[in-house]
Order: sequence, then structure tokens, then C-alpha cells
Amino acid sequence: MHAPVAPVREPLIEGHKSYHNITEDLCAPTEKAPSLAWIIAFIVSVGTMTFGLFCLAWTVWFGIGSWNLNRTIGWGYDITNFVWWIGIGHAGTLISAVLLLFRQKWRTGVNRAAEAMTIFAVICAGLFPATHTGRPWFDFFMFPYPNTRGPLWVNFNSPLLWDLFAISTYFTVSLLFWYTGLVPDFATVRDRAVGFRKKMYNVLSFGWTGSAKHWQRWEALSLVLAGLATPLVLSVHTIVSFDFATSVIPGWHTTIFPPYFVAGAIFSGFAMVQTLMIITRKILNLQQYITINHIESMNKVILLTGTIVGVAYLTELFIAWYSGYLYEQFAFFNRATGIYWWAYFGMMACNVLSPQIFWVKKYRRSIYIAFLMSIFVNIGMWFERFVIIATTLARDYLPSSWSYYTPTWVEIGIYLGTLGIFFTLYLLFTRLAPVVAVAEVKHILKSAGDQYIGERTKGSQGSEAIHESAH
Amino acid sequence: MSQHTKEVFYGLYNDEEDLIHAIEEANAQHLDIMDVYTPFPVHGLEKVMHLEESRLHIAGFVFGSLGFFTAFGFMTWVFTRDWPIIFGGKPYWSVPAFIPITFELTVLFAAIGMVVSFYTVCGLGPGVTNPVLDDRITDDKFCIAFETANADLNALKAFFAKTGAGEVHTKTI
Repeated sequence: MHAPVAPVREPLIEGHKSYHNITEDLCAPTEKAPSLAWIIAFIVSVGTMTFGLFCLAWTVWFGIGSWNLNRTIGWGYDITNFVWWIGIGHAGTLISAVLLLFRQKWRTGVNRAAEAMTIFAVICAGLFPATHTGRPWFDFFMFPYPNTRGPLWVNFNSPLLWDLFAISTYFTVSLLFWYTGLVPDFATVRDRAVGFRKKMYNVLSFGWTGSAKHWQRWEALSLVLAGLATPLVLSVHTIVSFDFATSVIPGWHTTIFPPYFVAGAIFSGFAMVQTLMIITRKILNLQQYITINHIESMNKVILLTGTIVGVAYLTELFIAWYSGYLYEQFAFFNRATGIYWWAYFGMMACNVLSPQIFWVKKYRRSIYIAFLMSIFVNIGMWFERFVIIATTLARDYLPSSWSYYTPTWVEIGIYLGTLGIFFTLYLLFTRLAPVVAVAEVKHILKSAGDQYIGERTKGSQGSEAIHESAH
Repeated sequence: MSQHTKEVFYGLYNDEEDLIHAIEEANAQHLDIMDVYTPFPVHGLEKVMHLEESRLHIAGFVFGSLGFFTAFGFMTWVFTRDWPIIFGGKPYWSVPAFIPITFELTVLFAAIGMVVSFYTVCGLGPGVTNPVLDDRITDDKFCIAFETANADLNALKAFFAKTGAGEVHTKTI
């Protein structure tokens, strides 16, 4: 009936699935009672989140003095965590938008969860700039609204304000993109549900019917949103890097920051997607939809972006030396050998050296190594932000004001709390919506399902029966 | 959403390729298809159903332009007319510094405008309940629906039998 798919393609859906099997398998997690593992994870997450919210309340009540920031080191855990979370968010948009433009079919297995991760990560990230102002009840001052003080406007020339616009836009566009993708799948869940769940999903699905014209518009919308989200995601971390790069602090004032931050964001984001997907596929029994081929593809991205980040680190060092600028040279010498040498070492080991293991195909396709590496990368990228922020600030121009910074329990508590918020939201998401995009997986079934892939042994013969699926 | 009830005669196919062949056959017989429903976007449908290309991207351009001029115009007005301030010895009208926010608002307006346009033209949105012909259309069935009002039922039955529809039903929506 249809042309067999070239045997060089790795199957992305295993187990000879029919369309109905896909619906059953992917909707099942929203329909069954939660497993014990889910309940335990949820209790732990909510507990951590509650502690984090307590620490946030403590900060608001007692003020920023409950953090260990000082005159020299004005940014510590707060902005480190902010940049870390925003970076993690980037993979979701990258998978859903950039891979859509590149027509990478493997995105369909992981895009839904990755986009959800983006939204939750941006929520966690937003907490830090909102509270580090010290008086969060005045945060509305950041928005340019007509006020009674003139009106006195915000400084549109400030990278910190650009950041506000970038992150608000990023959050909104990601949410719209994600929800529009979810609507047809909510309709699928709706049409299987009864009683209260039917009513709930009826509201969530916006009255979706699956009409051919609606699908056509839906695809047009997805494509243009992907086209908009692609430069947007690059702009967001570029602007985050401007927070540093437009300052006059040695070690921050560098033109390499935008591409270096974007590559690092994609790198850490893919690591977080990998962590989540490896757990999700196991717990929700989705190994046939999030296959080892998906994991391998993500590992390739991790290897590439990790290496780009490594090149950026070395370029920074070279430029510092080559510039002949004493303060710049000291900033980098201090990063590698100064008081926070261990953070620099952790960054280099986790981000640059450890991903090189993925040159070996066997390791790329090992779930245990992929999981371990994803944790390493998350740690390494956290260290990178800490190195950039705390190490650089600790040794400024005046040796008399040199300082050291260790977080208080409140700062650590808020950081753990954001992890709690992130996992609480993610766990709720796995119960409420199909974690893998149902309609999109059905769409690629005939070109990526294992029963449609030609026999591998015939691969190099160039047999006439084998041609690319028409797409 | 529809004000009047209408009777719909529809057939369910098990495969999108059968669906496309059936629509070609319906075109050949000059049958007036009410709508086609599928569980996922089927490529090739737009060709056999003669659907015009979506104009949503035009809406995206218009809203994006609106965002562009809103952002750039507003910042220009604030810093040259309403409250000029010198930042870092730069001119009041420091265009390069306006680029990031202008870009962000262009994207924001385009995205919100397109999404709102999409739901509006499709008649979808929060609180909307459209009649569902068959619960399996969002699962694994591909549906061609005809209005019975001014159609020859026997011709439709013959058409569904010929094109291999797995099931045919009548439903009032």
C-alpha cells in the first residue's frame, strides 16, 4: 500500500503499534490510578516545594539580609539559579521549534514533555529575579505602566529590562505553543473519558473536532510559531548573557557571551530532558515511544553543545591572555586557580570532558550512562553559572574588598524549593495530559514505526522496493 | 455552535489512504462532502479536498508589525518626547538599545495574535462544545460526513460500500 521506509532509518516507534495502540498507550497514564512511585515522588516534591516556599517567605519577611550576599558579591545563588533554570528551559523550545523546522521526526517522542519542562523551568527561573530585588511587592515598578510619578518610565536601555521582556515573551509564547499542541490530544482523552473527567477535558480541548480544515490551520500555526520561537529562544539567552556582557566587570565584559550562553542553555536543557525522559519512559511504560534512538539523538546534541561550550571556555582563556589586559587575565587565572577553583574544575570536568564519552556509540546508547551523564551536565552547568557570577565578583578591582561567599540555609532552601516546584508541576502534568504528543506520533507512524521500516539487511543493495517515504 | 440541528450521514475508514481514495471517488461522483475528520493531520487531504492554503501567516505578519511599531514607537516617544534622559552619554534616540525589546514585542504580538486568530476562525475556544460525530475519530477512525438534507442516501451508501468504509452511521447534531 505504501512505500517502505528506507532501512537506514532507525525506528522511532517500536512494537508494531496501530493507531489505536498509540492512543491506548499514551492516554493510559492519565486514566489509571497513580503508581506508588508517582505518589512517593509527588510527596517528596510537594514537601521540598513547601520548604522552598517557607524559605521564600522568610526572605520576604526578614529581607535579603537572610542571604549571604555582601557588598562585594551582590549576586550569588539567586542569579546562578535563575540562569540555570532559564537555560534548562531552552531545550523544550529547541526540540519543539527548531527540530520541527528541520523536520526531525524524533522530536515527536519528547517534544510535549520538553515543552512542559520549558514552562515549569521558566516559572522557577522567574522566582529569582522577582525576589532578589529585596522588596518583591514593588516588582510592578519594572513594567512601563502610566504612573503618577511623572509618569516616570523604566529604562528601556537596560539589559535587565530587556530580560524582563524577553522572559515574559518567552513564557507566553511557549505556553501558547504548548497548549495549542495539547488541544487535539485533550480531545482524544475527552472522547475516551466519562463523567467528571469528560467535562474537564471538554473544557480543556476547546471543542476540538479534528476537522480537516482545522488540522490544516493547526499545522500552519505550529509552523509559524516554530519559526517565531526559534529566534526567540536564541534571543532569550542572548539577553540573559547581556546582563553580564554589557557590564564592565572583567570576565563578564566579553563578546563571546551570547553564543556561549545559548550553547550552554541548549546543553543543560537537553541534559534535563534526558533526566526526565529516562525516568518518565520507565515509570509510565513508554519505552516503545521514547526509544533508545531518541536517547541517542539527544546524546548527540549533548556532545555537540558540550563541545561548543568547551571551545568557548578555551576561547575565553585565550582571549584573556591575548588581550594583554591585566584585569581580564587575572579574572580567568582566578577562576581556574583561585578560591573557587573547585567550581571551575567541576565545570570543566562535567561539561567539557565527560560528554566526550559520547563519541562512542555504545555509550551513547546506554541508558545508565545517558542518565548519569545528564546529571553530570546539570551539575556542571550549575557550576558554570556559579563560576561566572560568584567567582568573578569575589575578586574585584580592589583587593581590600575581596570577599568570599557561601549560601545560607535560606538560599539553599529556595534552590531546593524550585526543584520541588518543578517536579511537582511535572508530576501533575504526567497525570493530566498525554506526556507524548498522541496526534504527532500517529502522524509519523507510517514513516517511523518499526513495522514500516524496510529490512535492514537489504540496506546497501539499493533495492528498488526501498525508497524514502514521501514527505 | 450550530443553531439548527442537522442530520449527518457519515462513514468511518480505518486508514488514511483509504480516506484519500474515498475523497477522490466522492469528487468524481460530485458528492457534496460536509467535512472530513481525522485523528491527526493527514497530508494530501488539502489537495483532494481543494483546501486553500491557510492565511494565518498573514495574520502573524500583521500582528508582528503591530508589535514592532508599538514597541519602537513607544520607546522613541518616551525617550525623545515624554521624558528624555541621557543614559551613559548615548543619544536620546539610541536605536541599537531598542532592538531587543522591539524584537520581543514583535514576536509576542505575532504569537498571541495568530493563536487568537486560529481559535477564532476555527470556532474553538474555552467553553466551546462542538458536536462529536464519533468518539473514535480522535483515536483511529477517519471520517467523511455528508448532510442528509439534500443528498441521495442510496448513492451515499453505495459510495461508502465502494470505497471500503468500515462503518456507516446517521447522527443528528
